[in-house]
Amino acid sequence: MTRVQSDISAETKRIKLKGKIQMNAWCWLFMAMAVGFYILFQGYPIICSIQYSLLDWSGMTANAAFIGLQNYKELLQDELFWNAFFNSFKYMAMIVPLELAVSLFLAYMLNDERMKGRGLYRTMYFIPVVTTASVVGIIMIFIFGVQGPVNHLLVMLHILKAPVNFLGDAKYAMPTLVIISLWKDCGTYMIYWLAGLQGVAKDVYEAATIDGANRRQTFFHIVLPLIAPTGGIIAILCAINSLKVFDIVKTMTEGGPFYATDVIATYVYRTAFSSEIGMPRLGYASAAALFFGGTVIVVGVILNAIKSRLQNHAQ
Amino acid sequence: MSKEKMIHITKSVIKHALLLAVGFFWIYPFLWMISASFKGQNEFFQNRLGLIPKLPTVENFIRIWQKADFGTYFINTIIVTIFSVVIVLIMTMMAGYAMGRYKFVGRNLCMGVFLGSIAIPLVSTIIPTYEVVKEMHLVGTRLGLILSQAGGAHVIFLLLFTSFFQSVPNELEEASKIDGCNFFQTFYYIMMPLCKPVATTVVIMETIWAWNAFMLPLVLTLNNPASRTLAVGLYAFKGENTVDWTGIAAGGSIAVIPVIILFIFMQKHFVEGIAGAVKS
Repeated sequence: MTRVQSDISAETKRIKLKGKIQMNAWCWLFMAMAVGFYILFQGYPIICSIQYSLLDWSGMTANAAFIGLQNYKELLQDELFWNAFFNSFKYMAMIVPLELAVSLFLAYMLNDERMKGRGLYRTMYFIPVVTTASVVGIIMIFIFGVQGPVNHLLVMLHILKAPVNFLGDAKYAMPTLVIISLWKDCGTYMIYWLAGLQGVAKDVYEAATIDGANRRQTFFHIVLPLIAPTGGIIAILCAINSLKVFDIVKTMTEGGPFYATDVIATYVYRTAFSSEIGMPRLGYASAAALFFGGTVIVVGVILNAIKSRLQNHAQ
Repeated sequence: MSKEKMIHITKSVIKHALLLAVGFFWIYPFLWMISASFKGQNEFFQNRLGLIPKLPTVENFIRIWQKADFGTYFINTIIVTIFSVVIVLIMTMMAGYAMGRYKFVGRNLCMGVFLGSIAIPLVSTIIPTYEVVKEMHLVGTRLGLILSQAGGAHVIFLLLFTSFFQSVPNELEEASKIDGCNFFQTFYYIMMPLCKPVATTVVIMETIWAWNAFMLPLVLTLNNPASRTLAVGLYAFKGENTVDWTGIAAGGSIAVIPVIILFIFMQKHFVEGIAGAVKS
């Protein structure tokens, strides 16, 4: 290699390096806003939560006392915490299968591009999704109330002898909540399923028809296995979202009656921000919130592992 | 007409009848609420199922708009929504551009951290978020609401922008570089105009989410009713006026009708955004 050549290659290397540094600088400049907001409202709060959870603290900066793991110890023996904890999972166990089934049914009905009125139906089923959950919760208090339309209709049709206090009775409150949430969020999962169903080629349906399969057989033996991978993702999203429920519970039942619908979010809110139990306990509430946040992540990881297991198994 | 065709038509009629009937029950609560907001107090309890008010009145709207401050709540909601949408749009578009087109140092780490935050419930960060806003002396202000609403990872939007910018062919970018555009100019003149469809989706989705947000505004306006949004305002109104159901219905209508109208006109973008999120 002559000197000139090596000079040139050194020069190009230098220019390349300079370009790379410049590119990185620009990229980080473009990331700055997203990263900044993320740190301020997600990253830093999580670290703070850990710190708070070790404090006995009512929110007034002066009286915070470091108490180590005392909050967690107390949490393990707190019946109301475990009640809320298990209610969250009870809610998840009830809503996930129902939500997936109902939304898949609607999606399958609407998955025909030539169908008349498809857009209208899709709009109708989707409207609850875009409406304010807290408003829905408040309106549903009346709709499912003793004097409301649901009781009125059920009594009129002689399905019920006397009006039932759906949200005020500890027996019915949770199932009623599940039904209302199911209805509220169903549209989202319907769209997820539709996205999955659109990935199934038309030939598949034609081939099935030629082979003499009826609609039900086609669905259970051919379409369902094909969309199962998408279904796995949808199930995980649905499970995680169901554990986060707050708005509709807070506005509709406040966790009642007698804590029958108290989930973690309402428990934490009450402990941290509400005066009904005396002094707010930010440290203790942080411990509960963190413990639960950790649980949600573990659930997500486990579900993901199950999903990939099943997928590998199927292949 | 052949027998087969008859069966086909019957089946299709049954299917449509079923879908329509279910659809009617599906949106009945909203129809009920809107109709109740035009009913008088007496009619409300006499005509519980009916959807057409016999003596329609706008009295409920006037009452809550003037006496219960729904006018203020409405303006607060609009301001908070608009500004948080602007921030979220700029933020996710720029980050999506960097992550979609360049393999910069730390890209995968950022992506991983953003993706991981899907699983973190808001309730786990709400207490320190409140403290952060408090330290900025913004509790009970609209600015505090805007900033905290714009915080968070917005994973779906980041994914939408990232995968969009990934799909833009390299030739466009090379051509602009030959023309002497720098990083920012390429983004501003070439890429930004291209991503309008994704940007529209993000704007619609974030508008609806910011408008409907409840936990954050609830916590941040506990001590300052004047900065409540509609979602929180209606909740507070119900707490103070448990018997005024026509007023509550009117407040609910004010809170819900704008998003429903927005959705009906822009639903294509919203639905595509949701579908795109699960695909990527």
